[in-house]
Amino acid sequence: MIKLTINGQTVTAEDGMSILDAALAHGIEIPALCHDPDLKPESSCRLCLVEVDGRPWPRVACGTPVKDGMVVETNTPEIRATRREILQLLLDNHPNDCLTCQKAGECLLQKYAYEYGVTFRTHNGARRGGEKARFTDTSSPYILRDESKCILCGKCVSTCAELNERSVLSFAGRGFETKVAADRDETLEASTCVSCSRCVAVCPVGALIDRRVREKKIRPWEADRQTIQCKACEYGCEYEVLKKGDERVIRPLSPSGGRPLCLKGRLFVEAEVSSDLRTPYKKEETEKGRKFVRTTWIEALELDGILDRITCNETDSGK
Amino acid sequence: MSMTIEKLKEIREETLKRMNLRGLPSDKPNAPYRWSVAICMETSCMSSKSREIKQRLLELIERDGKTDEIEVVGTGCFGLCEAGPIVIVRPGDTFYYHLDVEDIDRIYESHLLDGEPVKDLIYPESITEDGYLSYFDIPFMAHQERIALRSSGHIDPEDIREYIAFGGYEALYKALIEMTPDEVIDVITESGLRGRGGGGFLAGRKWRATQVSPGDEKFIICNADEGDPGAFMDRSILEGDPHSVIEAMAIAGYAIGSDQGYVYVRAEYPIAVERLENAIGQANDLGLLGENIFGTDFSFDLEIRLGAGAFVCGETTALTASIEGRRGTPRSRPPYSADKGLWGKPTMINNVETFANIPYILLNGPEAFKKIGTEKSPGTKVFALSGKIKNVGLVEIPMGTTLRQVVEEIGGGIPNGKAFKAVQTGGPSGGCIGPEHLDTPIDFDSLTEIGSMMGSGGMIIMDEDNCAVDVARFYMDFIADESCGKCTPCREGTKRMLEILIDITEGRGDETSIPRLERLARTTELASLCALGQTSANPILSTLKTFRDEYEAHIKEKRCPAGVCKALTNYFITDKCIGCGLCARNCPVSCIKGERKELHVIDTDQCIKCGLCYSKCPVKAIVKK
Ligand SMILES: Cc1cc2nc3c(=O)[nH]c(=O)nc-3n(C[C@H](O)[C@H](O)[C@H](O)COP(=O)(O)O)c2cc1C
Ligand code: SF4
Ligand code: SF4
Ligand code: SF4
Ligand code: SF4
Ligand code: SF4
Ligand code: SF4
Repeated sequence: MIKLTINGQTVTAEDGMSILDAALAHGIEIPALCHDPDLKPESSCRLCLVEVDGRPWPRVACGTPVKDGMVVETNTPEIRATRREILQLLLDNHPNDCLTCQKAGECLLQKYAYEYGVTFRTHNGARRGGEKARFTDTSSPYILRDESKCILCGKCVSTCAELNERSVLSFAGRGFETKVAADRDETLEASTCVSCSRCVAVCPVGALIDRRVREKKIRPWEADRQTIQCKACEYGCEYEVLKKGDERVIRPLSPSGGRPLCLKGRLFVEAEVSSDLRTPYKKEETEKGRKFVRTTWIEALELDGILDRITCNETDSGK
Repeated sequence: MSMTIEKLKEIREETLKRMNLRGLPSDKPNAPYRWSVAICMETSCMSSKSREIKQRLLELIERDGKTDEIEVVGTGCFGLCEAGPIVIVRPGDTFYYHLDVEDIDRIYESHLLDGEPVKDLIYPESITEDGYLSYFDIPFMAHQERIALRSSGHIDPEDIREYIAFGGYEALYKALIEMTPDEVIDVITESGLRGRGGGGFLAGRKWRATQVSPGDEKFIICNADEGDPGAFMDRSILEGDPHSVIEAMAIAGYAIGSDQGYVYVRAEYPIAVERLENAIGQANDLGLLGENIFGTDFSFDLEIRLGAGAFVCGETTALTASIEGRRGTPRSRPPYSADKGLWGKPTMINNVETFANIPYILLNGPEAFKKIGTEKSPGTKVFALSGKIKNVGLVEIPMGTTLRQVVEEIGGGIPNGKAFKAVQTGGPSGGCIGPEHLDTPIDFDSLTEIGSMMGSGGMIIMDEDNCAVDVARFYMDFIADESCGKCTPCREGTKRMLEILIDITEGRGDETSIPRLERLARTTELASLCALGQTSANPILSTLKTFRDEYEAHIKEKRCPAGVCKALTNYFITDKCIGCGLCARNCPVSCIKGERKELHVIDTDQCIKCGLCYSKCPVKAIVKK
């Protein structure tokens, strides 16, 4: 165990822990867009800068291990000013769309912009993908991608790569033109994406959106929310039920603790709780590449074999 | 083949016999050659036909059966690239410059056959009343001292024997046989050698950190990514003396406890790669790489990895990622490479030039090295001198030489009688140094103090015709393009800084421009993940410091004092005009009017600012404002 001081408060931490985790463990929040407790730190958003031992050069809390006797300040005026500038840089390249954005209310960019008093852009410089860019990838019936809102935190890339056989997403391009690409910059449909929605569950902004939730027009803050576990396999991935009036939709929650998330599980949960069952789609290899095709619930949940047996059995025993 | 010191000495003596004319530390035994002709085979001279010149000369020699009398050596860079293709005839080190293929016939007939140098092909500054100066005595070479480039220009880089003749691989022998790894590192530490790749980190300290880092597998990497615009120091070393780097890497491997090295070299350097491949092959054949070197239990293998062509891949962690086959982006440190580098193993990365100094230090001792240069920056530094300077080329100077000595003496001053404006050092991460600092000694700390940095060795001279804002825009354009896009401040900030600079140069700057630049500069400096972003604003900050009035002229008066920014420049005809009409005839949009022998006038609204009239006017009556 190590003792350090954060904002004047003495706290204990384990050797090897990052400043960010040590602070979080003691209820001290440090803003961070790219940090995820389940993923390796990328230290790319640079929002979690803190002052260490009074030095003028700030360090990222997510990538700096704690040391005994360390003195950390997370909220000095200089640090706050730098964070404000970083947020401004992000909003300078972001569509002004909170009004209709599915993510509003739980968007981290929105949350920090509010806390730091940063507004949308006031200059006329370039915007990634151009002024009109919206929903750049609508090929998947489950996931909507909007590159213009992507802040390139990299969480989707990391989480998708946690499972070797997935690794669909990666960064492409460089500098201002950097973006997240599926395989060789294909649509989600044409790519090898298996629609597990891990990426959607970790995206801190509205760049990856669950399409079916959006179609129902339920935003989390106006819904009754309940966490349930998928029963399709022994992992028991977590899903959230969003209930508004008579309408119920579900969405996958962050795949922590080694849970994989998968499409079949999602459809199981949908079948179990959604207020109306929307057509399931599955991916097929066709001559024109991979395509999403409509399927039946029985096929999507791979129940055909079992159903046959059950029906057989019941007809038999009914005799 | 396994190598012994006896065999090494034998190769040395044997080879020295035929190198009698190469200005060697030998007592010139039975001289076989009457003439030795060195032809620079470095990329820039090769692109101006040095290969054809060599071919032609070989044909002539063959034709006349003079192969026993005249040797022809393809060498590395002599330095004065501006004079290329360069041929040096020894004895005498007579310096022929700007040669065409036909010229070699005359040199052959007159100089090599009749002993009569061809005056009109000889570099003018080496002609004196009583003969011709040796290449090494011309003013360009005056303040230079060659350690990293010690063999360039003397030996054939494609022949390991010539490197050995020059004392090559003796330092490796000395390290392996006479010294412990600790002693090797002590010598490097004591020499005070600092990294030549930009950061100036103490080499000895880095070697030690990697040596003591626990791990049974360790790696040595040579950083030959050299991405600075205009820089070619590392390329020259690899092309002119690849074995100096190979030998040094093996020494580092022994000191640190590594049996595998990688040279990460730009794919855009095909000649360097070819020479390096050839050299590694020869070293392996002679047992100077591979298993049980000099009969010890030390083994060392060397492989080449080609760079992906991004500037950021020169950054240590991005380079490592790139060798591992991942996207070449930097990562946050800790962990440091000495602890977790390539494939998570302790790794030591040095720059090409840093390595090239190592054999010299081991052979001559740290004291000899420290005698050169300054106390905190011992040794020499190689610079690629370019821009508005007479002697464009590669120079190696002792640290502590002043900028003025480089510009005025070695560089030969600014051409066309123009006034010096600034010198840019440190590449895109560096800064512009104005005339008030010309007497600053060149060393790591002094350059940082005046707002620039040593960097890897780019040195670009600017004259009064360069616009400070335009220079800042040029570098920011480069940086914004080369940003890897991983972290927010650099990815977004460099783009915004570039946009503001473009606005200023195109007349859209306003009173918010400079404060916004300063704020963005601060944010990228404090918050970026790697040094590329952290130093990205240096070209802006340094020009703002020295040339703020120029920024203000652009913003407030919509005027580019240097007449570079097209949108802010207008052409006017002054009353010096003699009415010759030349300008009017040349103007592509016919916007110049005037009667013969009378003052002409430019219609500024129609003018497309092509500058043709400006350059055509015989009496320089046209001005840019
Ligand atoms: C963006 C960036 C590019 C770099 N490019 C190079 C390069 O091309 N060659 C090089 O030797 N060092 C380069 N460096 C410096 C290296 O990170 C590293 O410090 C150096 O190779 C260490 O060797 P040294 O200690 O011998 O200088 C670069 C650094 C940054 C941040
Ligand atoms: S992603 Fe966040 S900040 Fe952007 S529009 Fe949606 S809610 Fe607003
Ligand atoms: S849905 Fe799953 S497989 Fe598809 S991109 Fe997202 S994380 Fe990867
Ligand atoms: S899509 Fe979302 S998770 Fe992925 S990089 Fe962009 S903001 Fe981050
Ligand atoms: S500072 Fe620039 S180059 Fe370095 S990691 Fe950040 S975006 Fe990439
Ligand atoms: S600058 Fe070009 S377009 Fe303008 S007046 Fe001169 S020649 Fe004509
Ligand atoms: S070229 Fe010069 S001198 Fe001749 S008309 Fe034009 S401005 Fe006058």
